Amino acid sequence: MGWADRPAGVVSIGTVMNEQSDDDGIVLTEAQKRARRSRSIAIALALGALVILFYVMTLVKGPGVLIRPI
Amino acid sequence: MLVSKGADPSGTLAASSLAEPSLATVGDYIVLMKPRVMSLVVFTALVGLAVAPGSLHPVTAFTALLCIAVGAGAAGALNMWYDADVDAVMIRTSRRPVPMGRVRPGEALSFGLMLAGFAVVTLGLLVNWLAAALLAFTIFFYVVIYTVWLKRSTPQNIVIGGAAGAFPPMIGWVAVTSSLSFEPVLLFLIIFFWTPPHFWALALYRADDYARAGIPMLPVVSGDASTRRHILLYTLVLVPLGTAPWLFGYTGPLYGATAALMGVIMLGLGWQVLREKRPAERASRNLFAFSILYLFLLFAVLLVERGWGGLIVRLAS
Repeated sequence: MGWADRPAGVVSIGTVMNEQSDDDGIVLTEAQKRARRSRSIAIALALGALVILFYVMTLVKGPGVLIRPI
Repeated sequence: MLVSKGADPSGTLAASSLAEPSLATVGDYIVLMKPRVMSLVVFTALVGLAVAPGSLHPVTAFTALLCIAVGAGAAGALNMWYDADVDAVMIRTSRRPVPMGRVRPGEALSFGLMLAGFAVVTLGLLVNWLAAALLAFTIFFYVVIYTVWLKRSTPQNIVIGGAAGAFPPMIGWVAVTSSLSFEPVLLFLIIFFWTPPHFWALALYRADDYARAGIPMLPVVSGDASTRRHILLYTLVLVPLGTAPWLFGYTGPLYGATAALMGVIMLGLGWQVLREKRPAERASRNLFAFSILYLFLLFAVLLVERGWGGLIVRLAS
């Protein structure tokens, strides 16, 4: 079914989302923003630490990095 | 009354906060991981890792301990997710993040599952898959066997469920050797038989709390006197087991003397618990506090006498 053939009353998802965010979207309080920011920083740090851990372990294991005993 | 279902069966827990964006802080997520339990898990895993024969690069050893710690944290978070309903009615646990509504049950569940996945896969990829499989089984045992099944259905909950807390030294050992032998099983047995007197001593003076939550702990189901007898019985098994590493020649006289002395004190406290009548509860509190010292000292001396030298050799080589 083409865009021009859509039944009357059907609107695009994008339109709905824009209306929600313009009219009654969730507005975070300062406390919620602070909590979200602290969680985001913690996730970023944890992911960064994981990348560093895998990098260092690759250096430690050297060519044997793919040899994983069961 | 037995509680039949966890994770907020009534759906009322923190209902008002469900429509609100989360206020959970990083600190709340750290609490979800039960840091005090984690510290004991890391310590016993370190001992298992240090006393194991063979060599392990310090960075690999650190990675193994990190994965074991995160795995323990994952199990703690999943436990708090499922037990949110009983945590809410117990004084000791009512201020945990899920019953307080700071972390939603779904957030705790996804956090625990994600941590468990990362911990097991990372341990498998960077250390070895047998250790990873043991860690996965430990998390499964604590969450499914203990938390979901045993805790709400039998007074033997902490006897069988105590196995989950006894696995870490075995995982540490397997991280080094990629195999199992009698010595790590002995460490497992020490923690396994230490768990019932430790938790029943706590349950004796928290019996009302457990009864209110409908958790069939031994003092709630079998009564005070029976619990005191069971504490002494398990302590009688624990004390010889505590000295077994020395008797089998795995450790030196320092460990033997420490285990014997601490064992005598532990037995004395167990006897006091048996003799003491309610409402007096000093002996139970003393035994609970001393049991922590007992396990810590035994493993610390083991680390100093057996493991510390090995670690230094490994770091130097």
